[in-house]
Amino acid sequence: MKILVAVKRVVDYNVRIRVKADQTGVETANVKMSMNPFDEIALEEAVRIKEAGKADEVVVVSIGPSQAQETIRTGLAMGGDRGILVEADPDLEPLTVAKLLKAVVEKESPDLLILGKQAIDDDSNQTGQMLGELLGWPQGTFASKVELGDSEVSVTREIDGGAETLALNMPAVITTDLRLNEPRYAKLPNIMKAKKKPLDTLTPGDLGVDTAHRLKVVKVEEPPKRKGGAKVGSVQELVEKLRNEAKVI
Amino acid sequence: MIRDQETLNQLVDTISRFVRERLVPAEEKVAEDDAIPEDILQEMKDMGLFGLSIPEEYGGLGLTMEEEALVAFEIGKTSPAFRSIFGTNNGIGAQGILIDGTEEQKQKYVPKLATGEILSSFCLTEPDAGSDAASLKTRAERDGDHYILNGTKRFITNGPHAGLYTVMARTDPNNKGAGGISAFVVEGDTPGLIRGKRDKKMGQKGAHTCDIIFDNCRVPAENIIGGKEGQGFKTAMKVLDRGRLHISAVCVGVAERLIEDALHFAMERKQFGQPIAEHQLVQAMLADSKAEAYAGRSMVLDAARRKDAGENVSTLASCCKLFCAEMVGKVADRAVQIHGGSGYIQEYAVERFYRDVRLFRLYEGTTQIQQIVVARGMVREAQS
Repeated sequence: MKILVAVKRVVDYNVRIRVKADQTGVETANVKMSMNPFDEIALEEAVRIKEAGKADEVVVVSIGPSQAQETIRTGLAMGGDRGILVEADPDLEPLTVAKLLKAVVEKESPDLLILGKQAIDDDSNQTGQMLGELLGWPQGTFASKVELGDSEVSVTREIDGGAETLALNMPAVITTDLRLNEPRYAKLPNIMKAKKKPLDTLTPGDLGVDTAHRLKVVKVEEPPKRKGGAKVGSVQELVEKLRNEAKVI
Repeated sequence: MIRDQETLNQLVDTISRFVRERLVPAEEKVAEDDAIPEDILQEMKDMGLFGLSIPEEYGGLGLTMEEEALVAFEIGKTSPAFRSIFGTNNGIGAQGILIDGTEEQKQKYVPKLATGEILSSFCLTEPDAGSDAASLKTRAERDGDHYILNGTKRFITNGPHAGLYTVMARTDPNNKGAGGISAFVVEGDTPGLIRGKRDKKMGQKGAHTCDIIFDNCRVPAENIIGGKEGQGFKTAMKVLDRGRLHISAVCVGVAERLIEDALHFAMERKQFGQPIAEHQLVQAMLADSKAEAYAGRSMVLDAARRKDAGENVSTLASCCKLFCAEMVGKVADRAVQIHGGSGYIQEYAVERFYRDVRLFRLYEGTTQIQQIVVARGMVREAQS
């Protein structure tokens, strides 16, 4: 069985995000970049499935600039077997990413596709769902538990007010939530060996996908600064303020 | 020398993240329990931290000196106790066998040191032989195909836990100097090797030292490092050479951590209506610390690059150890000063680091010994 994991290179979660002066986006020049944390969870799950003897190969795919190779190498150090980079513009739209991944899936024919539920840069939370639809595969999103059967996979999803367990026929798309697992630190000798694992590079042209933007970013702004709160003396005062000042009830 | 920038970046990133996410949050517990938790120790072994400087053919990473320095900067950013537990396998505990050991000795022991399966210790210091190491009294007498060791070794890092000891002992009783000393590999379960009571130290809780007593301890003759008598002191000095650069890099890392803590505190703490980081006298302390830590970082990298290029860096390594150990002492002192009364309270990490860093000026050659090495090196060079 083959598992394909999609990983995205994003601004490291420890970095304080700064908006570019011209408000066209966020500053990424000279900023530390890392693998999207949800994608680390996706990769960890794939590697665990392989280590349990239920998969033969884990392929790590990234779509982005040539530096995304580093993100793939991180994935290979964590236990991926080989990598594929689709070299493209870093700010592709989710639908374009889904189309590119679909084309990779058609080349690779994996049995399972695992993605992070969203990337921490734009928090779109769309690619996995769009990909499931484009492929016509069943999808289990926000997975907090994954159990592999012979021809189906059981996915426990985090939903409002509880958990829902689905049985998906394979091939299937899974997107991962925070509580699925705790990703490992790559072993240092494996980081040294990752350099020797195969990594292929493709272009959107090779995959026959048009990457033209369909959405236009009008403006990117800092969220408004939080103002200080106020203490209230009684429930009556609270209700009065909520009704007349905040106008929320 | 950096062999592959991209791989090294990943290595340093991974270690830096492990330090930040796993080790820093455990610092207080380690200090309180005077022990590194088993699960963290296992993670450190799994990661490969015990084999950083051990060549790849023996299961380590084979880092160059420059790469090792860059890694040590990151490791310095947490309690030195963590480094201490894997420090001996990378440094003084393994290097003797690696530098001067026979191929059989390397094959037999080094792979187990690289994985952390066994811990190692370096036994040079004695109750009456510290800085004057060549005067050591531990005896090794030939008896058939064995040597019989008798004597006491002091302040042995990882002594209570090690499974392998590199022991300097006098094989020639008629030669009271360095030439009468040989180095032995002694396995931890050898009868007659007795571990003393753990020392109660000022700081670095979680890292343990003790006396190692040899009481008619029979060691196979093939365990003499390099197979030859009289080479032990030279081996010991070569081992310390590499270690001095490593320790210097750790000092730089600790200094950078302390500056970060002090800066963070100074920006939060308000007095006279503004953060104390706005006060010029506090700024002076921050700036001096920053400049000195930067000088330390720069000199360690320079010396490391020269060592990788094949230069003899004995004098420079001692310059680094001398400067960086004193530097981190000053930086820790200022960090406590910037914290004010809070810096004297255990709730803040600077109180603990202040005690921890005191050791850097003492071990692997005191500051005064480094001064002598540097000055003698200068004179020697001028004469040649």
